[in-house]
This record gives sequence, structure tokens and C-alpha cells, in this order.
Amino acid sequence: MKRKNNTHLVVGFLLIFLTAAVGKTAAQEQKVNVKEIVFEHLGDAYEWHITNWGEKSIAIPLPVIVKSKERGWRVFSSSHISHGTTHEGFYIAHEGKYAGKVVERNSAGEEIRPSMDISFTKNALGLFISSCLLLLIILPVARWYKRGAQHTPKGFRGAVELLIVYVLDEIIKPCVGEEYRKYATYLLTIFFFIFINNLMGLIPFFPGGANVTGNIAVTLFLAFCTFLVITFSGTKAYWKEILWPEVPTWLKAPVPIMPVIELFGIFTKPFALMIRLFANIMAGHSVILGLVCLIFITVSMGATINTSMSIVAVLFSIFMNFLELLVAFIQAYVFTLLSSVFINMARVKHAH
Amino acid sequence: MSLLVPDTGLLFWMALSFGVVLFVLVKFGFPVIIKAVETRSAYIADSLEAAREAESQLATINRQAEAIIAEAQNERKTILNEAQEAKNTIVSKAKEDAEAEARRRINKALEDIEGSKKKALAELRKDVAGISVKIAEKIIGERLKDDQKQQELINKLLAEEFAH
Repeated sequence: MKRKNNTHLVVGFLLIFLTAAVGKTAAQEQKVNVKEIVFEHLGDAYEWHITNWGEKSIAIPLPVIVKSKERGWRVFSSSHISHGTTHEGFYIAHEGKYAGKVVERNSAGEEIRPSMDISFTKNALGLFISSCLLLLIILPVARWYKRGAQHTPKGFRGAVELLIVYVLDEIIKPCVGEEYRKYATYLLTIFFFIFINNLMGLIPFFPGGANVTGNIAVTLFLAFCTFLVITFSGTKAYWKEILWPEVPTWLKAPVPIMPVIELFGIFTKPFALMIRLFANIMAGHSVILGLVCLIFITVSMGATINTSMSIVAVLFSIFMNFLELLVAFIQAYVFTLLSSVFINMARVKHAH
Repeated sequence: MSLLVPDTGLLFWMALSFGVVLFVLVKFGFPVIIKAVETRSAYIADSLEAAREAESQLATINRQAEAIIAEAQNERKTILNEAQEAKNTIVSKAKEDAEAEARRRINKALEDIEGSKKKALAELRKDVAGISVKIAEKIIGERLKDDQKQQELINKLLAEEFAH
């Protein structure tokens, strides 16, 4: 009981301290633009902003790699253009169509995007960190097995094996069917890739915090990979069901209504995968960011409201973080599950 | 909204990093683990099956052993009974034999005695007859001088002989 009281006291002090500190900085900025903060965290960035130390912003500069239509390839550090400055004619647009992106002025004086922009952005670095982490997790485990595992794995290896066996036995085997072995490695990679990126996104500071799986380019590519796997493993019966389904002939010819619908189905399946993952992760991040912003918004409403709202916001964001932990797993699970189901549908043996 | 527009640059880096991860894990990562895990689960299933089989075999063996023991006990009982019977018959037969032998011997002894007695009697009779004849000759030699008396004696002897 005494211990519990102590904990309460500590939490209370922390909250007061937090609100006091926050109140000071927020008062300096006067007005908090929630939309801007949330979108800044959700979106990609040319540098990895960590924190502001007084007036000085602390960020990891990342390489900007662009190809100008008129001047060719240019590679430079993002620190050159991070504070609204122009470097070699490039700068980050603040408003308009290309807000937040690197732009240049062409000879006609128009603001245009470089023809190629493969800058190594915050999300790209986040992806690389997660990928390296994933390889560092799986490969030593694989090497341990390769050396001839005499006993069951313990500790960390056991946890990894637990997940692998879970995905294999609960998703891949029942959903893909008897040909699961061919697709198991791809589906396991998909699962672990999404899962680790989701988890890294939940860590609020470097090296986590990049909204990787909540970025549509990432989910687009993942869905595209599944699309390729589905399409290339399609059997004759699968294509027949799409191009010449068993429906009354007037639905197929002369106007191919059903084939068109079925063809759309090929693309809507991975499209749904893409949107589901993107929307879930992005929404989770938005809610947590919104809750945190609540503390800053209520600063102007006086100490009482601010403190109480801070407590509420902190409690809610703790709850949301737990929820997001669950969502991180569930979304990786669902993506793998649906990919398995789609593969199974493409492997249909005979039309029915 | 920019959030919904996939960025080409990030798409490139995503393709690169995911491609590398996919390649490495498909080549060196998961197949090894899947194989090991499946080998192990197959091994466990086999072991369980073997254990179950061994258990049932053990139960069968136990049952057989019990049956064997019971049979042996039965056999022992019958053998003991048979032995007892055999003992009894042997003893009684030996007794009978002994009795028969004894009887035979006694009989033989009796017969021998009888024979000896008869022989002795015959000899005795022969001797007695001889002696009697001699005595008679002597007596007769002396007495036959008197005819009267001689006739009387002869008659008397004849009467005696016939009386026999």
C-alpha cells in the first residue's frame, strides 16, 4: 500500500514537472499548430529531427540526392537546406504544391521539383535501421539452427522461434494449404518486416519514431510484392475464373462485365492491403500525437485545466501505446494472413 | 494530400531495403529455421509414437510374463501332485513287492523244509525199513524154528500190513 502511494506521488511530480517545462516552451511559441506538428511527424523529412535544445535544433543530417533537369545529379547534406536556406539552387518549399519537398527554380524562374529525388530521408533511414535489426535478429538464430541445434532454443532465440512457429502454424499452413513451403519464407519475411517496422515506429525517439509502415510508399511496395506473388502463382483455373467466369454468357460477351469486375478484383486485393496497413499505423500515430499535443494546447487555458488535461492525455497516450503495440502485431498478422489467403485463392486447382 | 501520394525516392529505398532483406532471409534465414523446426517437431512426434508403442509393448510383455508365471505355478502344482502320487505308488509298490518277496521266500523256505522233511522221512523210512528188515531177519531167523509161532507171526504181520 505504501509502495503504491509512493508510485502515485512520483507520477504526480513527474506530471507537474512535465507541464511546467512544457508550459514554458509553449508560452514562448504562443500558439500551437497541432495540424502542422502531427503532419510533420507523420510525413517524411529530409533530416531526422530529434529535439530542440533552446533555440538550437538537434537533428541528424541525411543526404539529399536529387537530379536537376538542367544541372544533373547533386548530392549534399540536408543540413544545408534545413533552415530555409538555399543550397546550389535547391531549397525546401514551405507552401504550395510541393510543401516540405526539395524544389529548385528553373531558368524560367518557376518553382519545380527536381526530375529525380531519391534523397535518403528519415523514413529511408528508419527502413534501413529496421532492416538491419531484422537481419541481426533472424540470421544469428538461423546460424544457431544451422550449427545443429541439439536442444530447444531458450531465451531470445526461443522468443523468435515462438513467433516464427506461430506465424507458420497459425497463418501460413492453414491459409496457403499444402503448397505452403514455397511461400513460407516470403510470408515470414513480410510478417517480420512489417512487425519490426511497426514496433520501431512506436519508439518515440531515434532510432525509432519514423512513421515507416504508416507511409503509403512503403505499404505500396509491400502490397506490390504480394501482388506479384499472387499473379505469378495464379493457376489456369484462377485465370479462367477471372477471364471467363461461370456466369450467364450475356455477362461475359459481348460486353465483358464480369471479367472487368474480376480484373479489378486482382488490383483491389493488394490495394486493400496497402490502405489497411497504412491507415491503421498512421491513425495510431496521429491519435498519440494528438493526445500529446493536447498538453500543449491547454497551456493557454490556465494551470488547473492544463494539469488535469495533461494527466488525462498522458494516461490516454499510455493506453494508446499499449493499443498500438497490439495493432503493430495485428496489422503484421492481418497483412500476412490476407496475403496467404490470396495466394491460396490463386493456387486454386479446378474451377468450381 | 501529400500523405496519400507515394514518394518515388522512398519507394526506391523501400525497394532496395526490402529487396535485400527478402533476399537474405529467403536465402539464409528462414529456410534453415523452418527446416530445423519441422525436423524437430517430426522428431518429437516420432518419439512420442515410439514411447506409446514401447508402453503398449511393455504392457503386452507384462501380461505375457504374468501368464507365464501363472502357468508355471500351475505346472509346479501338477508336478508336485504327480510327484506325490508317484511317491505313493512307488512306496506302496515297494511294500507289495517286499511283501511278495518275503512271502515267496517264506514259501520257498517252507517248501524246502517240507522237501527236506520228506526226504529225511523217506530216508528214515528206508533206513527204518532196512533196520526193521535186518531186525526182522534176526528175529525171524531165531523164531522161524517154531512153525506154529511162525505161522502166527506171519498172519499177524499180514493183518497189520493190510490194516495199513
